[in-house]
Order: sequence, then structure tokens, then C-alpha cells
Amino acid sequence: MIDFIGDLVNFYLIPGLVLGSIYALGAIGLTMTFGILRFANFAHGETMTLGAYFAWTLVQLTGWHPIAVLPIAMGLTVLVVLGIDRGFYKPFRASPTIMLVIASFGMMLMVRSVVQFIWGVQMKAMVPGIQMPVVLFDWLRISPKHMMIIASVLVLMFAVHYLLTYTKIGKAMRAMSDSPELARLTGINTEAVIRATWIIGAALAAAAGVLLAVDTHVETMMGFKLLLPVFAATILGGIGRPYGAVAGGLVIGMAEELSSYPWIGTEPLLNPGYKAGVAFAIMVAMLIWRPSGLFRGKVY
Amino acid sequence: MPTLELRDVVGGYGDTQILHGVSITVDAGEIVVVIGPNGAGKSTAIKAVFGLLNLTGGQVLLDGEDITNTPPEKVARKGVCYVPQTANIFPSLSVEENLEMGAFVREDDFTPRLHEIYDLFPPLKERRRQAAGTLSGGQRQMVAMGKALMLEPRILLLDEPTAGLSPKFRGEIFSIVKTVHAAGTPILMVEQNAKQALKIADRGYVLVDGRNKFTGTGRELLEDRQIAAMFLGGPTNGAKDKAGDGAA
Ligand SMILES: Nc1ncnc2c1ncn2[C@@H]1O[C@H](COP(=O)(O)OP(=O)(O)OP(=O)(O)O)[C@@H](O)[C@H]1O
Ligand SMILES: [Mg+2]
Repeated sequence: MIDFIGDLVNFYLIPGLVLGSIYALGAIGLTMTFGILRFANFAHGETMTLGAYFAWTLVQLTGWHPIAVLPIAMGLTVLVVLGIDRGFYKPFRASPTIMLVIASFGMMLMVRSVVQFIWGVQMKAMVPGIQMPVVLFDWLRISPKHMMIIASVLVLMFAVHYLLTYTKIGKAMRAMSDSPELARLTGINTEAVIRATWIIGAALAAAAGVLLAVDTHVETMMGFKLLLPVFAATILGGIGRPYGAVAGGLVIGMAEELSSYPWIGTEPLLNPGYKAGVAFAIMVAMLIWRPSGLFRGKVY
Repeated sequence: MPTLELRDVVGGYGDTQILHGVSITVDAGEIVVVIGPNGAGKSTAIKAVFGLLNLTGGQVLLDGEDITNTPPEKVARKGVCYVPQTANIFPSLSVEENLEMGAFVREDDFTPRLHEIYDLFPPLKERRRQAAGTLSGGQRQMVAMGKALMLEPRILLLDEPTAGLSPKFRGEIFSIVKTVHAAGTPILMVEQNAKQALKIADRGYVLVDGRNKFTGTGRELLEDRQIAAMFLGGPTNGAKDKAGDGAA
């Protein structure tokens, strides 16, 4: 019995939690840009990639641990994203949504090309070598990197929660997500809110990229591969709902991992190669039956 | 000098012209009421003040300062507060957060003002941690008005504040309008419950098809035969037409 629970927890639940919390970080930014700027930002995945490459470079330069350089990588990514907003999205502020969506699609391709140009297309290891898991209570095995990832995500989520609940700009972000028109009529500085949205979204996306790279490795397609589960998490949680995004991310991450558990017999229920399909299936199901998501987000 | 003046305002949405020369004046300390049939352009006239449509002619003056086509967030910062007919609260924010957002442009400590608003709308105080979207129609209207009043505005613009409300809430809203006015805030109000509104109005305007049709003191308009026949016929009729409107 302990073996059975041990396997489930060690090889499915903990990886699911790790993956899910990384999705959640990405989804918070995506859901907030969706809610406040009213467009699906396809370049959000590349923001994650960019964060991972910045961190990798910083690790090479300083020899520090990736978590130690994480804040700097987040800061650099934020600067790039603010520059992109100023140059590419701001001119479209009053344009129909579809133009922003397409602009972000173009941005996705451009950022990826620049990353491939600068850093090359080979995979890179963020943390060299293999770490031994820590064994707790004789059966719970958790690797130090997973502990570090979960701890980092918790810190970041508490910071976001504090910001959204207790600060003036955070409340204004929620207000603008509710109704951009009323926010303007109320005299809310909407450009400041947009800037804050990009800063938080980009910082969290960069963190998601770095943490995923700590768990796996750095590669130029990593952000693009994250895009589908992160979109699924956003829709599952409800568009414009940051807490929904967290719940959505965790559900998608867990569902992906648990789908390959041998629930029936000894074979994995679903071949692990189809993991990405789980996120897709959940997203399509939500769009059909409950497009407002778990937390009653916007429906477009 | 009038607090607010619309002078021969011409404009509309995109290429559709809705206002064909509307003039409205609100003097210091006045309650001015705008009435007229559905689609007459009453809401549009208020939106013209707030820079929400492209004006092709005429002027909007705030204490003599030309604010024609000034964007909404700047108009708000000048101390003009507007409660739209619909979608006038942030539903997922708590009552108190809505009021705080109303004070967004204030740099000073607005806590005393918050308490004044709660005194004006006692039901809001009890529900201040509740999401505004979960309140009843009348209470939501209170949130919307309280939010606008957080700024201690130079002038308050109200678009059908009693639409779709029960007679009890309607009376409450009218008495709050009177209280706010008594405290010195001029008010420009569009109302469908014309009889009740004109009773508290210093002056009234009747708009029809985007033009001024009649102007007079509240009493003059109430006693005018033609207007009575056209717009004050049956208050219940008028109320019925508007039922449900603005509740969304
Ligand atoms: N956003 C908009 N875009 C285009 N046309 C609009 C818009 N809003 C209103 N209109 C049109 O402008 C005209 C005047 O509308 P307005 O809302 O000002 O009327 P109203 O007098 O406030 O009527 P009601 O009593 O129904 O509120 C109507 O013909 C309406 O269809
Ligand atoms: Mg109207």
C-alpha cells in the first residue's frame, strides 16, 4: 500500500505539481494580458524562453545557481517586453483585437529567431549533473530541484496575491480587467496599469521558463511547447482571472502526469507521448461546455 | 459662469451623427434634468462631455475652460464624475475596492470621504467586503454613485440612476441626489421617471432626435400641457418602458 502511494506521489503527483506550478506562473501573465489588453498574446511562450536563456547566460557568467540569478533574468526579460510593448503593441492600442493577436504572432516568430541566432539551436543544461532525491519518512522522495521550484513558485504567487489584493495598482489591474471602459471613465491611469501588467506577466513568464529549465533543460522551442498547456490553464481558470490561472495550471499539470499512471492494469493509461493532448482535450472541453472557465472569466 | 456648458454640440458614433446641435447649461448649485424619448440622444449628450464621442461641432466648457474632445481619464481628473447608464461598477471588486477606485486620482488620504459615503449609503457599509457584482440592482446603483462621489466632484453626471429600480429604491436614490446637491455639488441627470425628476430639478431640458425641444424650470416643464401629454403622460407607462434597462 505504501509502495503504491509512494509511487503515485513520487513519480506522478510531485512532478505534476512541479509542472502545474510552472504552467500556473505562465498562465497568470497570459490571463492578465488577455483580461487587460484584450488579446491572446502568442509571444508569451517566447517570453518564457527568453527568461531561461538570460538565466543560462548569467549562470555561465557568474557560476551562481539558477535560482540566485532568477531575479536578474526576470528583470532583463521585463525590460525586453516593455520595449516590445512600446515599439509593437502600443501603436495598436485602439485597433481591433485581431491586429494585436497577429502582431503577437509575428513577435513570437521574431523573438524565437533572435534567440536561435544568439544562442544557437542546441539544447543546453541549466544545472549540470544529476541530483539525488531527498528521502523523507522512508517513502517520500523529492529532489532538491523540485523543492526549490515549488518554493520559488510559492514565493512568487504570494507576491502576486499581495500585489493584486493590497496595492492600488493591483486593484486597478483587477478593475481594468473587469471593464477597461469604466476604468477610463473613473480616471484610472490605464497606461500605468498596462505597464504593470507587462511587468508582472513578463517577470512570471521568465520565472516559469527558468524553473522549467532547472527541471529539464534550455532549448529554443521550450516556450512554444509551454504555450498550449498555458493557454489551456488560462481558459480552464477563466480569462482575466489570475487565481483561476493558478488553479488551471495545477489541474493541467496534474492531469498531464496522472494520465500516464497505470490506473488500469500495469500499462500507462495514456502513452506519455500524448501528454500534450490532455491539455488540448481539457481546453476544447472547457470551450464547449463552460467557456467562462472555473472562475467565471470573460467570454469573447 | 456656468459650471458646465454644452454649446451647440454636434457629433455621434463613427459616421453616424446623433446630436445635431444640443445646448445644455448647468449653473453652480443646480440640479438639471434631461428628459426625452428613447433614443433621443440623452446618454449621447452626456458622453459628449466625457470625450466618449467625436464632436464635429460646438463646444463643451467646464467653468469656462474648453474641454471639447478631452479624453475621458483627463475629464475625470478635472473633477467631473459620470455614472453611466449600464456597466457602472467593477463587478468582481468588493464594494470598498470600487469606492477606492473612484478615488484613484486622489493623492490625499480619502478615508474620511469613505466614511461619509458609507453614512450616505448605509447598506454599502455592511457589505463592504462583498463583490459588487453580487449586490441587488439598487445597491449596485449606490456603489456606482458612491464611487463617483469619492472624488468630491465639481459636477456629477448621472445617466438614468433609477432605471429598472423598484419605487422604494427609486425614492432612495432621488433623496440621495437631493442630499448630494444640498452639499453643494451641481448635478446633471438624465431621467426616465420624468415627473419625479422634474420635481427636484432647477431646470429641465427635453431632447428629441438629437435636438433641444423644450427648456424651462422644472416647474414650467411639469406644468406645460404639451410636455405633460408627450412625456409625463403616465409615469407607470414610462417606468414600464424602461423596466429591466440598466439593471444589466
Ligand atoms: N455606441 C453606439 N454606437 C452607435 N450608435 C449608438 C451607440 N450608442 C447609442 N447609439 C445610437 O444613438 C442614438 C441615441 O442613443 P442614446 O443612448 O443617446 O439615447 P437615449 O436618449 O439615452 O435613450 P434611452 O432612453 O434608451 O437611454 C440611438 O439611435 C442609438 O441607437
Ligand atoms: Mg440613455
